[in-house]
Amino acid sequence: MEPQEIAEKIKERFPDEVIDITSFRDQVSVIARKERIVDICRYLYDDPHLHFDFLVDLCGVDYLDKKVPRFEVVYHLYSIKYRHRIRLKAQVPEDNLRIDTVTSVWAGANWHERECFDMYGIVFRGHPDMRRILMPEDWEGYPLRKDYPVTGPEKEWPGFQEVLDKAKAFREFEWKE
Amino acid sequence: MGLIEISVPGLVEVEEGTKVLPPNVILTSIDKVVNWSRLSSLWPMTFGLACCAIEMMTTGSSHYDLDRMGIIFRASPRQADCLIVAGTVTKKIASVIRRVYDQMAEPRYVIAMGSCACTGNIYNVYSVVQGVDTFLPVDVYIPGCPPRPEAFIDGIIKLQGKMRREQFRWSHWR
Amino acid sequence: MEGINRNQPPSDIRIAPELHTREITLNMGPQHPATHGVLRLVLELDGETIVKCTPYVGYLHRGTEKLGENRTYLSALPLTDRLDYVSSMNNNIGYVVAVERLLGIGPPERAKFIRTMVAEMGRISNHLLWLGTHALDVGAITPFLYVFRERERIMDLFEGLCGARLTVSYPRIGGVRNDVSQKFLDDLYAFTEEFPGRVDEYETLLTVNRIWLKRTKGVGVIPAEDAINWGLTGPTLRGSGVRYDIRKFAPYDAYDKVEFEIPIGYNGDVYDRYMVRIIEMRQANRIIRQCIEKLPKGPITIDSPFTFPPKGSLSRKDKERFNKDYYSRHFTLAKGGPKEAPQGEIYVATEVPKGELGFYFISDGTGRPYRMRIRSPSFVHTSALPRLCEGGLVADVIANIGSIDIVLGECDR
Repeated sequence: MEPQEIAEKIKERFPDEVIDITSFRDQVSVIARKERIVDICRYLYDDPHLHFDFLVDLCGVDYLDKKVPRFEVVYHLYSIKYRHRIRLKAQVPEDNLRIDTVTSVWAGANWHERECFDMYGIVFRGHPDMRRILMPEDWEGYPLRKDYPVTGPEKEWPGFQEVLDKAKAFREFEWKE
Repeated sequence: MGLIEISVPGLVEVEEGTKVLPPNVILTSIDKVVNWSRLSSLWPMTFGLACCAIEMMTTGSSHYDLDRMGIIFRASPRQADCLIVAGTVTKKIASVIRRVYDQMAEPRYVIAMGSCACTGNIYNVYSVVQGVDTFLPVDVYIPGCPPRPEAFIDGIIKLQGKMRREQFRWSHWR
Repeated sequence: MEGINRNQPPSDIRIAPELHTREITLNMGPQHPATHGVLRLVLELDGETIVKCTPYVGYLHRGTEKLGENRTYLSALPLTDRLDYVSSMNNNIGYVVAVERLLGIGPPERAKFIRTMVAEMGRISNHLLWLGTHALDVGAITPFLYVFRERERIMDLFEGLCGARLTVSYPRIGGVRNDVSQKFLDDLYAFTEEFPGRVDEYETLLTVNRIWLKRTKGVGVIPAEDAINWGLTGPTLRGSGVRYDIRKFAPYDAYDKVEFEIPIGYNGDVYDRYMVRIIEMRQANRIIRQCIEKLPKGPITIDSPFTFPPKGSLSRKDKERFNKDYYSRHFTLAKGGPKEAPQGEIYVATEVPKGELGFYFISDGTGRPYRMRIRSPSFVHTSALPRLCEGGLVADVIANIGSIDIVLGECDR
């Protein structure tokens, strides 16, 4: 099925949720609201003509100052049976960083959502294990946001500061004579 | 911590505050033998983190054999002489490296292999430690991304040269 | 071998009812000789059986995506080398194919065949290292030394081609960096003549070996629907019987012009994934031979603002105009690349030896990517590790880690 047709099907099934359909170089994105995202995904999985059984990727994007709402969660879906693709984008505003999890539809979304939380701070409701994955568990700040400096914050992470202090203490050990 | 005071007759003051055993034929011969035996069977503990670990494995296997230099890779820090930090050191694993280094018994050496372990390389980011010498005393730096096996062997030979020049490291009054 | 229930003791042993056991928690730390890099597993064991397995990753997180946002398309290429550092050619090709599709350009024919050739060399190189380390972990030490002999030959070929052994940055946007020499092609052809004999050697050691069969058959079984649901790709998915290979279904470069087969497994266990990769090595050899035979003549880059102009495309007769175009192009590229690119977003996936590597670019019109997202196969495969290990024995964890073929540089990016 052509990507544009799939997008039209989603729009006619969920007319209030879909905000826009864009296309670039033959790849179609469907921009939707975040409230009923699990229903949309469940429809895409169950429908016999679409059957998107493979969640390829789930990531977040930060559009600081470029547009409102600030964040988006992007789902790339693929159907192994029918060999078609679609991109689904859910808009997440900055003051309500919560969205429902899709791990009930695809089990592979688990770690992708944890990484999205780790890097952007978007909380996935209903996730079995919502904690940081790539950064240390007690890290403060969300690194991939546009206002986070590349070289890191001014204040050092306490876990690493401990290692530096211990190394400094051991360096002062001296032999006399 | 504090300073350790030992008074033994026969010590010679080389410079302010440093007293060593005076060199003589017997002691330097013992030095040579002990240093030779240590450098000829250097057992590293691998801390293969990233791409440099692949080059380390390549150097250790059939083509550029490291076994001919007496090097056997040990997995436990208690049985190892030298810690080869190969790859990018992140802040998450820094405490693990420090703990492993503390578990090693003297005499112990550290080789920083690859540009990421030496200085952080192109990764000047929030999660990467800019050089392992911020928290470990490094003996030999081997730059390269990744260093060629020949460069790695050159670094080991430099470490062996450093070990050869040591004096009285085995003694109580070093 | 089928029908052995690995988790229950034989029926003629009775366990006294008053024996209480407790679960122990075992940490396979980030520093471990058998985890392929810095992977930490916390296992909760009931005897030898694993009740719960939690992987902890992030010990090699280097912020590649964040760094990519501050670099131009050309200077972000070396960052992708170090993702899956075992087969860096394939990562480069994945990146370059994605950027080319974003910019709307395509490489010339000769460059397509060269890229296919080096990609398959990278595939062989990756599978060789996988075989060596997987066999070493399970207990067979000999293949480890044998595979490095072949890997050295491939790395010498890479060094003769582009100067670097491991982290090459040879494929470029719009083509490749430099042309192949006749000596390279001759040496590569000699390699492909000998390689099937070497694969026979490895198979003699392992394929019908009783110990290998006992350690790998029936271990880490995952059926096809579960494998798709968990997002597995590449040989890990094909071992479960799913026929999905991007090289066949969405071909890029010269994959639609060469003939090869994709092997599919039956049971979805470790042994099937092993056989899939062995057969893939043979097919890769076949593809390389076809590429050498069919290599067309022609330029190796196209004329676009993102590439060095190919030789002979700018006429030297008008010396002034030539100097202006050629040198200004070099100058722009040396400073990092053009300041403008088409605006839009694109996701392109390529088949690296580990699975499906996807690049999702959002471009806002400047010469730097606004968002560079890397969908790495190792990340998804590591997330499926609890599904494979739970219910099995401790020794099977090692076999499972080997069979999903993860590399932590790609998992943590």
